[in-house]
Amino acid sequence: MIKKLKYIVDWILLTGSTVIVCVILGIILGDIFSKGASAISWDFITGLPTDGMTKGGILPAVAGTLVLTLITTLFSVPFGVACAIYLNEYAKPSVFTNIIRASIRNLAGIPSIIYGLFGLALFVQSLRLGTSVLSAGLTLGLLSLPYIITTTEEALKRIPNSMREATLALGATQFETIKDVVLPKALPGILTGVILTMSRAAGETAPILFTGVAFYINDVGTSVNQEFMALPYHLYMLSTQHQAIEQVRPLAYATAGVLILLVFLLNIIAFYIRYKYRTKD
Amino acid sequence: MDKIKLSAHRLNLHFGKKHVLKNIHIDFPNNKVTSLIGPSGCGKSTLLRSFNRMHDLSPDVKIEGDIQLDGNNIYDKKVSVTAMRKRIGMVFQKPNPLPKSIYENLSYALKLHAFPKNEIPGLIEMALKESYLWDEVKDELKKPAVKLSGGQQQRLCIARTVVLRPEVILMDEPCSALDPISSHKIEELIMSLKSNYTIVIVTHNMQQAQRISDKVAFMYLGELVEFDSSENIFKDPQKELTRNYVNGHFG
Amino acid sequence: MLLYNSAAFFADVKPVDFFTGSQWDPESAKGKYSIAPLLVSTGLVTLGAMLIAVPLGIFTAAFLSELAHPKLKNILKPFIEMLAAIPSVAIGFLGIVLVGPGIAKIFGLANGLNALNGAVLLSVMALPTIITISEDAINAVPQSHREASLALVANKWETLFKVTIPAALPGLIAAVMLGLGRALGETMTVLMATGNAAVLPTGFLDSVRTITATIAIEMGEVPFQTTHYFALFAIAVVLFLITLAINLAGEYFVNRLRKFHA
Repeated sequence: MIKKLKYIVDWILLTGSTVIVCVILGIILGDIFSKGASAISWDFITGLPTDGMTKGGILPAVAGTLVLTLITTLFSVPFGVACAIYLNEYAKPSVFTNIIRASIRNLAGIPSIIYGLFGLALFVQSLRLGTSVLSAGLTLGLLSLPYIITTTEEALKRIPNSMREATLALGATQFETIKDVVLPKALPGILTGVILTMSRAAGETAPILFTGVAFYINDVGTSVNQEFMALPYHLYMLSTQHQAIEQVRPLAYATAGVLILLVFLLNIIAFYIRYKYRTKD
Repeated sequence: MDKIKLSAHRLNLHFGKKHVLKNIHIDFPNNKVTSLIGPSGCGKSTLLRSFNRMHDLSPDVKIEGDIQLDGNNIYDKKVSVTAMRKRIGMVFQKPNPLPKSIYENLSYALKLHAFPKNEIPGLIEMALKESYLWDEVKDELKKPAVKLSGGQQQRLCIARTVVLRPEVILMDEPCSALDPISSHKIEELIMSLKSNYTIVIVTHNMQQAQRISDKVAFMYLGELVEFDSSENIFKDPQKELTRNYVNGHFG
Repeated sequence: MLLYNSAAFFADVKPVDFFTGSQWDPESAKGKYSIAPLLVSTGLVTLGAMLIAVPLGIFTAAFLSELAHPKLKNILKPFIEMLAAIPSVAIGFLGIVLVGPGIAKIFGLANGLNALNGAVLLSVMALPTIITISEDAINAVPQSHREASLALVANKWETLFKVTIPAALPGLIAAVMLGLGRALGETMTVLMATGNAAVLPTGFLDSVRTITATIAIEMGEVPFQTTHYFALFAIAVVLFLITLAINLAGEYFVNRLRKFHA
């Protein structure tokens, strides 16, 4: 009898934990969307902020985040994919490559604010790029590199060796093998990693704090050397630094809603590619 | 005396600290089928793969001695590996079609070696006919190759090899992943190909070796034990070890 | 580059003061740079987060791998990955508008921006990491272990708590380490939710300021190449070394898990 009671307690413990985790997610999404939904509209996304940002839209922040994510991707994807190809296809396993892999894994664990400091010291000051969307994008690119390298290498590892042997035996060079067979086959896996990285970059705040983000710009930027607005930073400012915090709360909710929608959209695309790819095999 | 197409002299191969091939001497006659037989781990696949330098990318493999194609060492520094592999094609144990259409699997091989564009369709049709696959696929050349059955895939891989008009075809247990009917088709195919190509085949299947080969090499623990005509190996082997193996006493 | 800048700091401030002092007050006339309050703040918030996230995460992982129907699992796992995708600034926002007022009401405080708030939010952020890696660890326990235990008339529950979870322990420790690393390095949530008072805290209901938040707040305003500027690099190096140590420890346990798996 006591034993049975104990099992029931255990069951409650396990199931209860899972329910709590689900409830947390439910509360987060429920709260933001119930309070933000009424303020989210097409005009909100495509309008400029007005009246000291107590009214109007968030176009500069949306545009800033998109440009920032683009720069991050353009910088990190070619380098990251090339690095992964080198490690997985060309480099012979040795102490040296093991050290590189361990460093890459540890780079991924460094707090993002430290990347921010590093970006400030390297891009903004030493390379004299100033506080700009370029500096911020490069900083986020550095932060994304380990992630891109890891996911690309995993995608390459899933390609069976028999595929490489098939083309090599036909007299293809190693480069032709990679270009014509390995990369096309690994593309969905690489793409999934790239999109998830974009979603992470779009949501990051700490690394862009000192590298180029601005509180208020009443236009869409035209040059990569300008400062920019970004959705996550906009949300941070609206919720902590604005002089009329209570008044702008609905705008903050709506901004949070747009940011989460953007990130989820990217994640769903990545899940979809992964799902389609797995079922095809 | 047959003309020698491919040969190995004093061939030694180390995999890390393991001595896998021990001082192999062997000559393969032109336009004949030679089978390599022996128990698992005797080094027959390793030997086969050294004939088109498939070990090049394995960092732990060390090869000494030489392998000659028409009297020229293929491990010579001046030899172009890609051109050599065009002359010595290979078919693997598991069918490995590329993730492309049937047609592209063949045209890809031709494009690698810059065959003239207008000759490509004709060469492809010829290779598919030679591989007994044409009648089954001629209406669906655009179909992804992976949608074919296992036996069809393997014949496609053979077609992909013969489309380049090689001189030697290496086959690494080409039937071991196939059902008996598909195996039988591949065997017929091998018999018909030998008038044009020198074929070296690794097999586990004693009956198969007997049916298709002109010559048979028996290997054991990295050494070439006996090399003779198929008839002699199976009917009247000179070595005790060979006799035990072909009579099924071990392995 | 980080080291260069922090070396410049220790040229100005004695390392002893940096580690043993009790005040962080760069704005005052004398300029007091002691990492102690920041370190204690960071430790307090992270400890709180782990107290919540570790049991919750491991039990959820056990539920997913041992109890949940495969269909339910296929629905829940993407949900948990979604939780990981929510930007930290959005979680911090909820700390201000939702968790903060809640804490204020329960404990009768003027506002709820304190260590407890930060701990709750960080636990949410560490949960997906802990759940995912714990689940891998529990799945990696060979089915034969379980069957051996079940054959000895231990039932499903005894098997889970006495055989499966102990066998998965290295993996679970790795999960906790990596979750800890994530919580320690998190900036925006703690910046928004903990009140940011740079004094030695005495409990979970005090306002605290972590290392990450300090860098975020002060770096925007300090003049370049001053002692204060270098000081921020110095505390960043300390944070870097701590997270590096934790990640290395996590990796050590992940490798042990892999060997176990093979």
